[in-house]
Amino acid sequence: MSETRQMRHGSSIGQPVTRRDGLLKVTGQARFAADNHPAGLLHAVLAVSRIARGRVAALDLPAARAHPGVVEVMVTANRLALALHPDDKSVPFSFKLDLLQDDRVRYAGQPIAVVIAATLEAATEAAALLAPRYEAGPVEVTLDAPGGYVPESVGVGDPGEMRHGDVEAGLRAAARRIEATYETPLQFHNAMEPHGVVAAWEGDALSLDMPTQGLALTRMRLAALLGIRAEDIHIRSPFIGGGFGSKLLSGPQVLGILAARLVGRPVKLVLTRAQMYGPVTHRSPTRQTLRLGAARDGALTAIHHHVRTATSRHDDFLEPSAGVSHTLYAAPAIATTNEAVRLDTGTPGFMRAPGEASGSIALESAIDEMAHACGMDPLEFRLRNYAEVEPVSGKPFSSKALRECYAEGAARFGWAGRPLAPRQMRDEDGLLVGWGVGTATFPAIMFQAEARAVLRRDGTGLVESGTHDMGQGAWTAFAQIGADSLGLDLDRLEFRAGHSDLPNAGIAGGSGHTATAGGAIHAAGAQAIARLTEIAVADPRSPLFGAGNVGVVARGGRLLRRDDESRGEAYADILARAGLDSVEGRGSAAADPAAAERYAMHAHGAVFAEVKVDPELGQIRATRLVGAFAAGRIINPRLVRSQYYGGMIWGLSFALHERAAMDPRTGRVMNADLAEYHVPVNADVPSVEAILVEEQDPHVNALGIKGVGEIGITGTAGAIANAIWHATGTRIRRFPVAIEELGR
Amino acid sequence: MNRFEYVRPRSVAEAVAAGAVPGSAYLAAGTNLLDLMKIGVARPGRLVDLNHLPGLDGIEHQADGAVRIGAQVRNADLAHDPGFRRRFPAVAEALLSGASAQLRNAATVGGNLLQRTRCAWFQDTASACNRRDPGSGCDARGGENRLHAVLGWSEHCIATHPSDFCVPLAALDAVVEVEGPTGRREIALRDFHLLPGTTPERESVLAPGELVVALRLPAEAAGFAAHARYAKLRERTSYAFAVVSAAAALRIVDGRIVAARLALGGVAAKPWRAEEAEAALAGAAPEAAAFRRAAEAALAAARPSGDNAFKIELARRIAVRALTLAAAGTPERLPALPASPFAPLSGGRHV
Ligand SMILES: Cc1cc2nc3c(=O)[nH]c(=O)nc-3n(C[C@H](O)[C@H](O)[C@H](O)COP(=O)(O)OP(=O)(O)OC[C@H]3O[C@@H](n4cnc5c(N)ncnc54)[C@H](O)[C@@H]3O)c2cc1C
Ligand code: SF4
Repeated sequence: MSETRQMRHGSSIGQPVTRRDGLLKVTGQARFAADNHPAGLLHAVLAVSRIARGRVAALDLPAARAHPGVVEVMVTANRLALALHPDDKSVPFSFKLDLLQDDRVRYAGQPIAVVIAATLEAATEAAALLAPRYEAGPVEVTLDAPGGYVPESVGVGDPGEMRHGDVEAGLRAAARRIEATYETPLQFHNAMEPHGVVAAWEGDALSLDMPTQGLALTRMRLAALLGIRAEDIHIRSPFIGGGFGSKLLSGPQVLGILAARLVGRPVKLVLTRAQMYGPVTHRSPTRQTLRLGAARDGALTAIHHHVRTATSRHDDFLEPSAGVSHTLYAAPAIATTNEAVRLDTGTPGFMRAPGEASGSIALESAIDEMAHACGMDPLEFRLRNYAEVEPVSGKPFSSKALRECYAEGAARFGWAGRPLAPRQMRDEDGLLVGWGVGTATFPAIMFQAEARAVLRRDGTGLVESGTHDMGQGAWTAFAQIGADSLGLDLDRLEFRAGHSDLPNAGIAGGSGHTATAGGAIHAAGAQAIARLTEIAVADPRSPLFGAGNVGVVARGGRLLRRDDESRGEAYADILARAGLDSVEGRGSAAADPAAAERYAMHAHGAVFAEVKVDPELGQIRATRLVGAFAAGRIINPRLVRSQYYGGMIWGLSFALHERAAMDPRTGRVMNADLAEYHVPVNADVPSVEAILVEEQDPHVNALGIKGVGEIGITGTAGAIANAIWHATGTRIRRFPVAIEELGR
Repeated sequence: MNRFEYVRPRSVAEAVAAGAVPGSAYLAAGTNLLDLMKIGVARPGRLVDLNHLPGLDGIEHQADGAVRIGAQVRNADLAHDPGFRRRFPAVAEALLSGASAQLRNAATVGGNLLQRTRCAWFQDTASACNRRDPGSGCDARGGENRLHAVLGWSEHCIATHPSDFCVPLAALDAVVEVEGPTGRREIALRDFHLLPGTTPERESVLAPGELVVALRLPAEAAGFAAHARYAKLRERTSYAFAVVSAAAALRIVDGRIVAARLALGGVAAKPWRAEEAEAALAGAAPEAAAFRRAAEAALAAARPSGDNAFKIELARRIAVRALTLAAAGTPERLPALPASPFAPLSGGRHV
């Protein structure tokens, strides 16, 4: 198995260590933000708007205030002044917030008041008693809204338009052309843990239990909003019950903090599931048109990927769906273009693989359509158009084991012998069977991070970095990197994370957390070891005396001469003799602009799907998923495999299930609960396999890590769509696939 | 959630007395009622808790062959009762195709019968809904109503009844035993739920304060045990309400159908017994052509209430499927994916 290949003797990195927090979690002892109940705690509940545009004309404050147990109702009039306008976005990755600044309503689900009471029940009922009256305006909430504009940029600063070569000429020259439009739905964040905060003020100091994917950024923005010093804000975020891009600072959390200030007592505010459908960002719907041309031999001559998507009327985030077309398939001419429309919704934002997920299902479907038009096997077609260098930039890839992914995935899945034509396979019960493939891709992104590493006189080590465990296993993976960086066994290392007082670990996003914070930890450990080495090699009493030139290695709590490992000394002995309690190292990591200049850096993968479809009823089940992914160095294969599973299941959800049904007349989401906003259940994923394909990347960063958190969605959604076509002969271009599309 | 009084009666008589007070609601497992209270759709002034009442949680196999099920019997307990399952397999299959294991462990027979529609506008207090707020209108009309009713609906309401359990019950002539302020009475399940007409707020024939105490399946219903199935079309493999569903039960003698029962779910505000279809099947050979004719008859009166014309054809096909499965014979044991198109016909493999 590939797992063993990834291991090195005497190293924690590469080992399938189980989660260090696993026992805490399965026994219910892991304390999530909302599990904290400081003395004197009050409960705050949001009242949210039921209209999507207009203003709040009246609230029945007397009724709410009179409800037994209510302490205060926070509205625009008594909300404390802020030092920074909630629309100010000077902190990176931030969105405009709705903090009761006025009576305007910009989307359904916007907070319009906060009730603070002795119990959750009292606050909830009093919030209902506010019985708001509105002046409502007409709303536009779908991509059919009139008008639109051509954006300068999409995503976070990606160009709104990109042209490489002459697409029209490429299309003219093509022997085969396809043009097709694909639609992806409005989707909302549904992490298990809803956004929340437990806030306690002590004078001007603020103590917070609150899930966040970006401790330092959250602290920075809070300091600016509240007009207090960042050092006076202490955020504990040891466990996050899923973030997926939604858990940077959200408006409701700030309201909880303001509520605590207003009443002078600790306050807990947690969103209900329904309240997740508004103020905490979402994935916008997209309508994507792909025009492809191919020569007779199947070589692509042109790709044009056009996206229509939406942002809110008041803020900007555009799902960058066309980005996948920049890197995946070789074509002499590639163009990506975007148009956008402003809607009366909350502002969209980062949702796991923003752009890549929605773009991939369209591109992979179109590629499949073209393979069929060329009479080629879809895998063979993808290999025919394999990008040896990044097509639009012409840069070489820092590494790219996609060919191996195709090969290993296809072998494991049993792709060989797949009939070319659709609707050829049935199982023993007469169900239609289809096989599809999709290519997965995600860029290797780095942010900035810092870490501190300490070797202690008792022979143990300490690593500190304010990293974020969102369930992905950061507690474990970073400890593995830390232990290796200090040459210690894992159980000799104390690892501290999840607190804003620790060194800034950047954000857990863009699948870049392990690479970035891991790099910082690696550097910090290396510096601590270097300091210890200096002491040892300069000390005539040490067996390492004078080894400075040949160098030393650190392993198992000892420094060893590189040229003769029988000569070495324990860290504890070196420190004791030097009369030191500890030595410390600090490290940081960030993207290397020079490497980015030279190389295109992406993780890749290939996903194979089998679906079964009832020929009369049209019900679909994805009976088998096999993904093979290459993402540089694997720190912990067990955790990585989990990330791939989760991503692939999300991809399945994308293709078959998830969709918010927003009423176009009102802008309200009509299925804002997990009974009706469908995500896959166990019976929907009977068999998922993830193969870890070996890939060494000397350029991407010091540890050679690319990131695995998001790539699993990409490829999978398209593979399932393609398998449905192969099973039925019907090409579905609107997602998720509705039952009536096949049961006709 | 509004403030309410909580009453824990010690006897059925006490329960009925408490339940007769206006503004009261019976609380069974609360898997539907409490959800509706949390979103403000139900605001009872008093909850009468049925969970500690003696005598409502038994499954009695009676001497005449009928079975009497207490209103507080949990859905899972009923489905897994070996005698019940053997004699009324389609009912067990329908129960096990509903909700999730956790919900089935809690949900009761009485609560399942009286669960409210899942219509999204019914659940959204900011929307107009005649069923929730008589005379306010119906925002489902003109909304995304692809899963709404195709049979028995009116201009006033196009909602469906969501229960799976009730579908085979309607097919098998189950009887609801009710106790109320004016005494005991029995109601055929087929007559228990009401079509909306001009009064969609009236969902069942229960008078205020009337309590369901038991449900009875007659001995005759067990006569279909060899050929009884439930089939359910869903938008995911499990844990989803029916898009359409059907319960079919046949008695086959010498290659001829001597008696047939068919009911549809997800198509109307009540479980839909299809007597025209049953008549069409009587005396026929259990074959595809007869099943298709029966399905045509069952849906003859169907018409779309919105974007849901597709449901009419799917309802026909699910009826054909249920009849086909029933004709093939009730399997030795229930499939691991009850009522699912993905339950293997061959029966060998598990999931
Ligand atoms: C997420 C989800 C998915 C579901 N999926 C399905 C599904 O696929 N198929 C399906 O069939 N069902 C499904 N259900 C519905 C479930 O079956 C019902 O919620 C359940 O059966 C209700 O039973 P209960 O005991 O909890 O009733 P309660 O919630 O306690 O009561 C429901 C109603 O019945 C009344 N009531 C209860 N008992 C009596 C009585 N003895 N006499 C008079 N009135 C009474 C109550 O006053 C209330 O109005 C689902 C529910 C949920 C939450
Ligand atoms: S269909 Fe019935 S339940 Fe739904 S909104 Fe209309 S009246 Fe209400």
